[in-house]
Amino acid sequence: MTDSSAHQPMIAADGLPLKKSLARSLRREKTRALLLIAPLLVFVLLTFIFPIGSMLFRSVENEIVSNILPRTVVELENWDATSGELPDEAVFAAFVADFVVAVEEKNHTRLGSRLNYESSGMSSLFRKSGRKVAKWNPETDGPFKEKLIKTDKGWGDPETWAIIKTHSGKYTNGYFLNAVDMQRTQNGIEAQPESKQILIKLFLRTVKMSLIITASCILLGYPVAWILANLPSRSANLLMILVLLPFWTSLLVRTSAWKVMLQNQGVINDTLVWLGLVSNDARLEIINNQFGTIVAMTHILLPFMILPMYSVMQTIPPTYLRAAKSLGATNWIAFWRVYFPQSIPGIGAGSILVFILAIGYYITPEIVGGTEGVFISNRIAYHISSSLNWGLAAALGAILLVVVLVLYWAYDKIVGIDNVKLG
Amino acid sequence: MKFTKTLLATTALTVAAGAALAQDMTIVSWGGAYSKSQLKAYHEPYSAKTGVNIINDDSSAEAVAKLRAMNEAGNITWDVVDVVASDAIRLCDEGLALEIDPATQLAPAPDGTSAADDFGDLLVSSCFIPQIVYSTTFGYRTDLVGDTPPSDVCAVFDLETYPGKRSLEKRPINNMEWALLCDGVAKSDVYDVLATDEGQNQALAKLDTIKDSVVWWSAGADTPQLLADGEVIMGSTYNGRLFSVIEEQKQPVAMLWDAQVFDLDGWIIPAGLSEERKQRALDYIYFATDTQRLADQAKYISYGPARASSAPLVGKHADLGIEMAPHMPTDPNNAKNTFLYNYEFWADYRDDIDAKFQAWLAQ
Amino acid sequence: MALDTSTDAFVKFDRVQKSYDGETLVVKDLNLEMPKGEFLTMLGPSGSGKTTCLMMLAGFETATHGDILLDGISINNIPPHKRGIGMVFQNYALFPHMTIAENLAFPLEVRKIGKSEREAKVKRALDMVEMGAFGGRRPAQLSGGQQQRIALARALVFEPELVLMDEPLGALDKQLREKMQFEITNLAHNLGITVVYVTHDQTEALTMSDRVAVFNDGRIQQLAAPDVLYEEPENSFVAQFIGENNTLEGVVREIQNGRALVQLDSGDLIDCKPVNVSAPGQRTRVSIRPERVEFHKERLSPDAHLLKAEVMEFIYMGDIFRTRLKVAGNDEFIIKSRNAPDQVRLQPGETIEIGWLAEDCRALDA
Repeated sequence: MTDSSAHQPMIAADGLPLKKSLARSLRREKTRALLLIAPLLVFVLLTFIFPIGSMLFRSVENEIVSNILPRTVVELENWDATSGELPDEAVFAAFVADFVVAVEEKNHTRLGSRLNYESSGMSSLFRKSGRKVAKWNPETDGPFKEKLIKTDKGWGDPETWAIIKTHSGKYTNGYFLNAVDMQRTQNGIEAQPESKQILIKLFLRTVKMSLIITASCILLGYPVAWILANLPSRSANLLMILVLLPFWTSLLVRTSAWKVMLQNQGVINDTLVWLGLVSNDARLEIINNQFGTIVAMTHILLPFMILPMYSVMQTIPPTYLRAAKSLGATNWIAFWRVYFPQSIPGIGAGSILVFILAIGYYITPEIVGGTEGVFISNRIAYHISSSLNWGLAAALGAILLVVVLVLYWAYDKIVGIDNVKLG
Repeated sequence: MKFTKTLLATTALTVAAGAALAQDMTIVSWGGAYSKSQLKAYHEPYSAKTGVNIINDDSSAEAVAKLRAMNEAGNITWDVVDVVASDAIRLCDEGLALEIDPATQLAPAPDGTSAADDFGDLLVSSCFIPQIVYSTTFGYRTDLVGDTPPSDVCAVFDLETYPGKRSLEKRPINNMEWALLCDGVAKSDVYDVLATDEGQNQALAKLDTIKDSVVWWSAGADTPQLLADGEVIMGSTYNGRLFSVIEEQKQPVAMLWDAQVFDLDGWIIPAGLSEERKQRALDYIYFATDTQRLADQAKYISYGPARASSAPLVGKHADLGIEMAPHMPTDPNNAKNTFLYNYEFWADYRDDIDAKFQAWLAQ
Repeated sequence: MALDTSTDAFVKFDRVQKSYDGETLVVKDLNLEMPKGEFLTMLGPSGSGKTTCLMMLAGFETATHGDILLDGISINNIPPHKRGIGMVFQNYALFPHMTIAENLAFPLEVRKIGKSEREAKVKRALDMVEMGAFGGRRPAQLSGGQQQRIALARALVFEPELVLMDEPLGALDKQLREKMQFEITNLAHNLGITVVYVTHDQTEALTMSDRVAVFNDGRIQQLAAPDVLYEEPENSFVAQFIGENNTLEGVVREIQNGRALVQLDSGDLIDCKPVNVSAPGQRTRVSIRPERVEFHKERLSPDAHLLKAEVMEFIYMGDIFRTRLKVAGNDEFIIKSRNAPDQVRLQPGETIEIGWLAEDCRALDA
């Protein structure tokens, strides 16, 4: 009986092999499921994956140089940038030919801005030369070497040509190097001068501060979540409103409120002076530094810690604590050995949320952080909106993404990602 | 095939929708009191005259990045944008702003002087029509400086005579110039010195002497608030902000006009507008930057008009009724020692010096 | 089981009261004494105060008034973890993040018992509940019955003298529950431990316990061995709550020689045993067990009062027949008869006469 069924394929009611008709009905189900999620998939793809992908692509993309100066880039290949001598007439002639076209298309200044990220002065060199070179005829007005150097002595500096050559590739690791305080030079990869090294420091500070903020959110949030989970639901709901209250006020208002609280002539200092705990000329410095940033950001992010903790704690029946006590555990042991381990998924979920949010914050550090509380995101914002160096911003963002993924991976290894519950 | 058809249909619809909204124009500015002054002086008379409906957008702070993003997306929703001169230069360099010929596209002065001559040196970029001259300067608490109120910008670096906190902008521009000036560098040499590593280090070293007493600001409203709360004894900000602290809020604050840095704020028109929108934007610019309009704006805010021909027309403040001329940064009494923001220098050196400045801040 | 409960009580509730809100008493003046080794069940409907009593004994609730004594010592002020009482919870409360062996080792660890001894005790306890092979698993990997055994083993592993069980079998299906009832009583008797068992299932109470305390309205209504409780309920609540019961209402006409003559509201007269009635004229509710009602006239004594009854419904239940009658205006009157070869199957619509022994009919409070 079992033997024969093992050898002969099972036949469904319509005479087709069972496997085939099963596969067919499954396929129909899958297609339907796929169609149902298709709008979401398209939405996510268009609004999230594609823009982020193209943003990240900017961190390596560098077509601007070879697009605007195609002939020059080819000619420069025959020139040794380390020789310390100027390139020959062929390069200058190719450059003028490219440059006249560029001026006509009005993108020579864009190239100047791009190269100015690598060396100060390129921006005005390109802008000023544009006006003069525009009138030249590349066919008949040569030779150009002397002529170009006469328009601006910047063209007589081999360094200028070295910069163009070094950054002529269609793709570049330059932005990533800049993002970790290195730079690309004609001699290879070098560290940035010490006076410009800041980004690695900011990365480390961002991670360190985010960890401190996460830790203080755990310390402050845990008891609150515990009380919420153990109160009768009516009082719990009321308390929950208080927890959520910060969500309903604008971020700027909340952060500015902290300023009023923490500043030198602020509420806390005034109170301490009034109580005589602090003398008037030794008021506490609790804003415009790391402390202020940690306080303000902990407050802002606390709900993100409390909510997942609360929803996990709600699912832990109080009988576990009773059981532990009936088995002879003191209150502390019952909590630490029985309750706490079961609440770890909530802590994990809250920590991941808070940490990831903290690592990307920049408004609050900008307002209350002073000089010590600045995060890497402040630099990203600067390069996005002020310097327009989107390549560098993208590289910084990509590194931040990698840092988050590495920490996530480490968390998975140490605690286990199954141990994360949002409720 | 089918896709192309759909696309065409969609485009047609969009065009139709665009035509329906043809009489709308989006003007981007800074918000607050400044936008209000523009509304009174420019937008309302222009709408009354032409029937164009003006939509205000307070996005000037992010204008450069947003314009670049719009340009890349190929969908520019702004018609006229108010930006500071350095941003205008950047936008012009990036090809994101339209070049404008002042001789033909702007109104001449009432006496027939061409716009190019009337604006003079203030036309710092071929894409930029200046509107106002504002200055970044210091205000101080009159009740906290004792019997010797500061008269010199170097008071900022003098912790002995003026102990206490001072607020400075969290960027190198202006601070580096003041530092060099107070470290003995002649005014005419400041930018030559600042172009060298040694000069940059010298400026940072000077700033280092007061670093522990500095509160760094990043929003224009910070210093007025810090002064009003007594958090700082003196601080830099825009002169219009100080005007409202002193004259409107009546705080014990006074202006220190010494070594104020003039900067310009004005209009650009984004590149890549349709011909129809471009003409409308140009028409607005022609109207809004004429001599009378620029003089009118000074009734509402204490910034100086950018045209020479507007200065004699500046009258009284619309609400406070006080004579505005003495509060203008360009008033001869206030302008004894001034800088003009060096656009070319900072366009070249901003990224480099900013990196050093931020590294120094983080030390 | 004839246990002497008056002296050296192991567990004693002495005039215990409990109120949660300061207005109503959940437990009203509770007095209870238990000797060592007894299996006592607290039985009652929900809200009757039985679980509160258990929690006060365990130490999770404090008595508002009165003393609870364990082995002669008041434990009112001793925290739960120092009472040394084992407890099995309704949903087992096995710690989900620990393996079975770790769960069992937990009470030993907190008592600072050495590793080797600990392991030996855990193994012994697991073997005791026939779960020796499951030490490495997590609670979630076990079936309900298996979890129940582990919960039991965990409550016993540190060798407490008193074990409390709070509806431990409530979540199991009927068959498993019967099996576990048997195992728990066996274990308790073999180990000689004292057990306080809370349930609302009367069958469970009757089959497992030495004595049953029937709770209602914050009081013990009757505390007695199961057979006494079933056959000699002292009031109508107990009679109603334990087993199936027929009730008829009426007035006592006379009491003589341990017999009460009761006139039912329909006018019929019946003979009863006076339990909660003392004088003629009192209203009473009489209770008769369905299996004690007889409709074969020849099996009744000749002087017995008979009642007319109309058959409403006949239900075949295999081992017994269950017949619903209309008697003296009550159409919910049930009789049960054994399925024997000579047994009569009554037909609906038939009219019969029924009667019973006077001592099977108990005249209780109205």
